[in-house]
Amino acid sequence: MSVFDMQEKYVCMEGNMKKQILDAISKNSRFSTEDLAAMLAVEEEAVKKEIKEMEDANVICGYPTLIDWDQTDCEKVTAVIEVKVTPQRDMGFNKIAERIYRFEEVESLYLMSGGFDLMVNIQGKSMKEVARFVSEKLSTLEYVNSTATYFVLKKYKEHGLVMSKEQHESERMLITP
Amino acid sequence: MRDPLSNKIKKIEPSGIRKFFDIVSEMKDAISLGVGEPDFDTPWHIREEGIYSLEHGRTFYTSNAGLKELRSEITKYLERRFGLRYDPLHEVLITVGGSEAIDGAIRAMIDPGDEVIVPQPCFVSYEPCVVLAGGVPVVIELKEEDEFKLTKQQLLDAITEKTKILVMPFPNNPTGAVMTKEDLQDIVDVVLEKDLYVISDEIYSELTYCGNHVSIASFPGMLERTIVINGFSKSYAMTGWRLGYACGPRMILEQMLKIHQFAIMCAPTTSQYAAVEALRNGDDDVEKMREAYNQRRNYLMRSFKEMGMQCFEPFGAFYAFPSIKEFGMTSEEFADKLLHEEKVAVVPGTAFGASGEGFLRISYAYSIEDLKEALARLQAFLDNHRRK
Repeated sequence: MSVFDMQEKYVCMEGNMKKQILDAISKNSRFSTEDLAAMLAVEEEAVKKEIKEMEDANVICGYPTLIDWDQTDCEKVTAVIEVKVTPQRDMGFNKIAERIYRFEEVESLYLMSGGFDLMVNIQGKSMKEVARFVSEKLSTLEYVNSTATYFVLKKYKEHGLVMSKEQHESERMLITP
Repeated sequence: MRDPLSNKIKKIEPSGIRKFFDIVSEMKDAISLGVGEPDFDTPWHIREEGIYSLEHGRTFYTSNAGLKELRSEITKYLERRFGLRYDPLHEVLITVGGSEAIDGAIRAMIDPGDEVIVPQPCFVSYEPCVVLAGGVPVVIELKEEDEFKLTKQQLLDAITEKTKILVMPFPNNPTGAVMTKEDLQDIVDVVLEKDLYVISDEIYSELTYCGNHVSIASFPGMLERTIVINGFSKSYAMTGWRLGYACGPRMILEQMLKIHQFAIMCAPTTSQYAAVEALRNGDDDVEKMREAYNQRRNYLMRSFKEMGMQCFEPFGAFYAFPSIKEFGMTSEEFADKLLHEEKVAVVPGTAFGASGEGFLRISYAYSIEDLKEALARLQAFLDNHRRK
């Protein structure tokens, strides 16, 4: 199995309704099915059915919340790690990728084009913890040849949303022609 | 001391919206469904182009008619979207918003005593502009039972020997009404037969939710007797940039250019550069915003239905125009009470002409979250007043 045929079938975006649902909930996953039905001018049952189908097909993989931990007293450290690996016969990159993404600390993992192979996003409680993960867990894995770790200093924008404390005050007048 | 004022201008009433605006401004924590402009920010790549032009010192006048580049993009856009073909050198004028184009078109074509047919409810500026130009506005009262479309019979009844211009304000602010190709054909027949000119204000042409907008200028024989007015405010969320345009026969545009040249000089240069970017790379933005408006429109219509608020389905712009006749109040009373009791600002239908009596203009240029809050308050208001 190569990297690129993991997807068995594509979910058809027929009638645009699935696409419209995804567009809406990708920005705000808390829209109720009732609201979505009103927005799309369809029955609530139809929305529920479409969402269920997309959940089953793993098009919708989850509903996490975007949190700016910097605004809390919880210590979180984020790092991006470039990893060079040796692909394995018959498995390509998938096997080694799995060995890595199964670690709980790994937030995201991408196979990359360019000068390295895998990009690991990792979140830990402290720099020490991240350092320990890289030196003890990641770089000691068989087939991992080298790593380069970059710590994130500040997050400006994530998931299409600007992570800023300042509320965007509307400057529109209340009544205009 | 002598009276410094012109009698002509003294006779003109200030916009009905103005009065309501003053009341609303006094209200702290009022929420509004009263705006006539998009809630989106201008897409960043367009703003960025404006910034870039400033950085590069493009801070001079452009030619009176506007940047050649922009005029050329406008003609390409009008052809690809609405099948209208104009000569960028002689048939396009870049103006300070659609409003200036409305004023200029009327002034270029009207002699004292000429009659201009204005279907109402409509945007607030046509009637005063006609009066300022010395013309005589002849109002047609559009009807809810016609879905606020202009009908052939209404038009025929309003025409006299002095009728020169028909204003076509579709997609319509405040009703959200659109005129389909079939609807327009009836009007075109009359216009051609009676030898009228048309000023077609198509500023909301990108915001239709039931098929593409059809321009009246696209009918055979109409291009040479129509001034098409459009702009960037609504489609690209660029109200504050003040940029619009007029397209039409060279003969008329030459005269409009003189008015523009002496009154305005040229439209803002920064805005013109930004607009070039909007036309070249902004189709996706327009599409996204249209989809968002449509979802809000659907949401609003379903809420109206649930709360038993009578409203014909609007297929254009970003307004709904529900009827409040069952409450036995005038539009102004209703809007006033709604503001004071539930702190929701809406615009009374009468701000757009006498035929708006019994209706409210509700804007859906708001996020679903904002709409939800405002509609909950409206619901409470309706419940209270139905019980009484």
